[in-house]
Amino acid sequence: MGRVDNRATLDLAQDDLRTVNTSLQSANGTGETNYFRVVNPRGAHAVACGLDAPVDVEIVGHVGYFCAGMNKDARIVVEGNVGTGVAENMMSGTVHVKGDASQSAGATAHGGLLVVEGNASARCGISLKGGEIVVKGNVGHMSMFMAQSGALVVLGDAGDALGDSLYEARIYVRGKVSSLGADCIEKEMRDEHREELRRLLDVAGCEDADVADFTRYGSARELYNFKVDNMASY
Amino acid sequence: MDGDNWSVRESHTFDRNVIAEIRRAAETGLYRIRGFGAKRAVPSFDDLVFLGASMSRYPLEGYREKCETSVVLGTRYAKKPIELKTPITIAGMSFGSLSANAKEALGRGATEVGTSTTTGDGGMTQEERGHSKTLVYQYLPSRYGMNPDDLRRADAIEVVVGQGAKPGGGGMLLGQKISERVAEMRDLPMGIDQRSACRHPDWTGPDDLAIKIMELREITGWEKPIYVKCGAARPYFDTLLAVKAGADVVVIDGMQGGTAATQDVFIEHVGVPTLAAVKDAVAALKEVNMHRKVQLVVGGGIRTGADVAKALAMGADAASIGTAALIALGDNDPHYDEEYKKLGSGAGYWEDYQDGTDPAGITTQTPELAARLDPLKAGRRLANYLRVMTLELQTLARANGKSHVHNLEPDDLRALTIEAAAMAEVPLAGTKWIPGLGKQD
Repeated sequence: MGRVDNRATLDLAQDDLRTVNTSLQSANGTGETNYFRVVNPRGAHAVACGLDAPVDVEIVGHVGYFCAGMNKDARIVVEGNVGTGVAENMMSGTVHVKGDASQSAGATAHGGLLVVEGNASARCGISLKGGEIVVKGNVGHMSMFMAQSGALVVLGDAGDALGDSLYEARIYVRGKVSSLGADCIEKEMRDEHREELRRLLDVAGCEDADVADFTRYGSARELYNFKVDNMASY
Repeated sequence: MDGDNWSVRESHTFDRNVIAEIRRAAETGLYRIRGFGAKRAVPSFDDLVFLGASMSRYPLEGYREKCETSVVLGTRYAKKPIELKTPITIAGMSFGSLSANAKEALGRGATEVGTSTTTGDGGMTQEERGHSKTLVYQYLPSRYGMNPDDLRRADAIEVVVGQGAKPGGGGMLLGQKISERVAEMRDLPMGIDQRSACRHPDWTGPDDLAIKIMELREITGWEKPIYVKCGAARPYFDTLLAVKAGADVVVIDGMQGGTAATQDVFIEHVGVPTLAAVKDAVAALKEVNMHRKVQLVVGGGIRTGADVAKALAMGADAASIGTAALIALGDNDPHYDEEYKKLGSGAGYWEDYQDGTDPAGITTQTPELAARLDPLKAGRRLANYLRVMTLELQTLARANGKSHVHNLEPDDLRALTIEAAAMAEVPLAGTKWIPGLGKQD
């Protein structure tokens, strides 16, 4: 949480989603209220989406699809589990999930940091475009599919087809990888990667984790242009 | 039979084009990727005619009696529906596939006649936002360049499920067109053969789409109309599901729809003709009592005011053009015939949009070629063409006694072929027969 001067509580048991989101979206980060507590989300979809100011939002409970979608600048904490597409297409800011995340966590995120304390399901980081994701548990199959840039850190294990059709994004996994997707290979961990990984571990609160325990995965860049010899991968 | 003629008789099964393609495939080991749209003959709006007016219907005087062409799109949920002066819109075409000058020209031409243009699989450029009074922002599986600021700067949002040239396929942009600017907008390395995803990364199926649409509305304050665009795969069910998911507007793109780069086998062999698609989409809207409440935009091989009039008569609210708009800008211009010939083609035949070598400067990212297209002149050409199409549309509507083009109706049409009669559910001319509907009284 950032600076907390004035708090407001928004109750999804009393107000509808449009009312709650309007209150959050109206905060410009310089006004009276810069900390919002959203209670009784009860699995609602699209909670706290489209924020574009450096405000703090704490969501107390579980939420549904697309929580914090397209976030810009806001710092959002979910005290619970999140449904599909948390922080999808995030541009900046931070989203911190205290529980588990469903499919497509951080999908297409262009920036910002997503931290998942628990596990993230299939397609975590799919089509990532510069965002950064740290998952303290495991990630499901097809994670980082077609990820273009940015980074995923997994402290647990990764499911099948990790990094399939990867572009320039970087993947760091501490545990086991079930299988690598097309054109994804294990790569050398150089100093710049160790520095990036250390930074991401620290910012996610994993100061005790040792960079040396991780393996880096990236693109073999063999599928960047059509070649008949790569037929089996098409 | 003359012996000399017999010895050079061409096979219908293995004609010279088939033989050339087999040879090309054998030499390269790659399937053919090209631009443009389907080139095979399929039943089309050309197979329908209007009856016109005589004793049982009264025509309107051309030039003197009003025939309205305006259309409002997005009246179901959006606080700010789109109001267009003509029901002919510009379909989504990306910056990347097209040059920045071409995108600007599309915006200028569309704006001059009061209609909309549409972004594509490459994000929103300043050129097209700045010159398009009404701009539809596509929300595609790739999400290239997608951001909430552009989402809010748009006048409408089009969730793209598919397009007519390749229902079930994602976009392609080959390395020669991934310039520095295109690469930066898409966050990709320069020079790679880029293949967009064919499925959205964070939703699957209509139930998920309903939530996605709700999220987009929440981000944009429920102001923008949300379109859902599908290639003509199963247009009846696709339309039903798009309506169920909460679309304000459904866009159905028939198999004749164009592309910047797609496998030839996809272009020619997947999807149903626009003629069949519009009938199915309208039937679906009527089935759930949403006809004219959820607007229908139809694209895919639209070339003339007659095509538009027939689509509207069958129940569409508007029609969109893509390939025809590029031709209006200057694509395949005979002025560049010699250069097209050097590329192994000729003006009127050239289809290799994927190569980035467009002599007319439209489907290219090469600066010296792109500079050939004057966006002001090209925009004016597009505006002229849109005006002609609109005048043709009005001419046909007046001839059928309609004071608004949306008053055109299926009963104004007859089919010239059994296939078209069956696909459009319009009686075969001179009969009361609609194949497939059983005996008619």
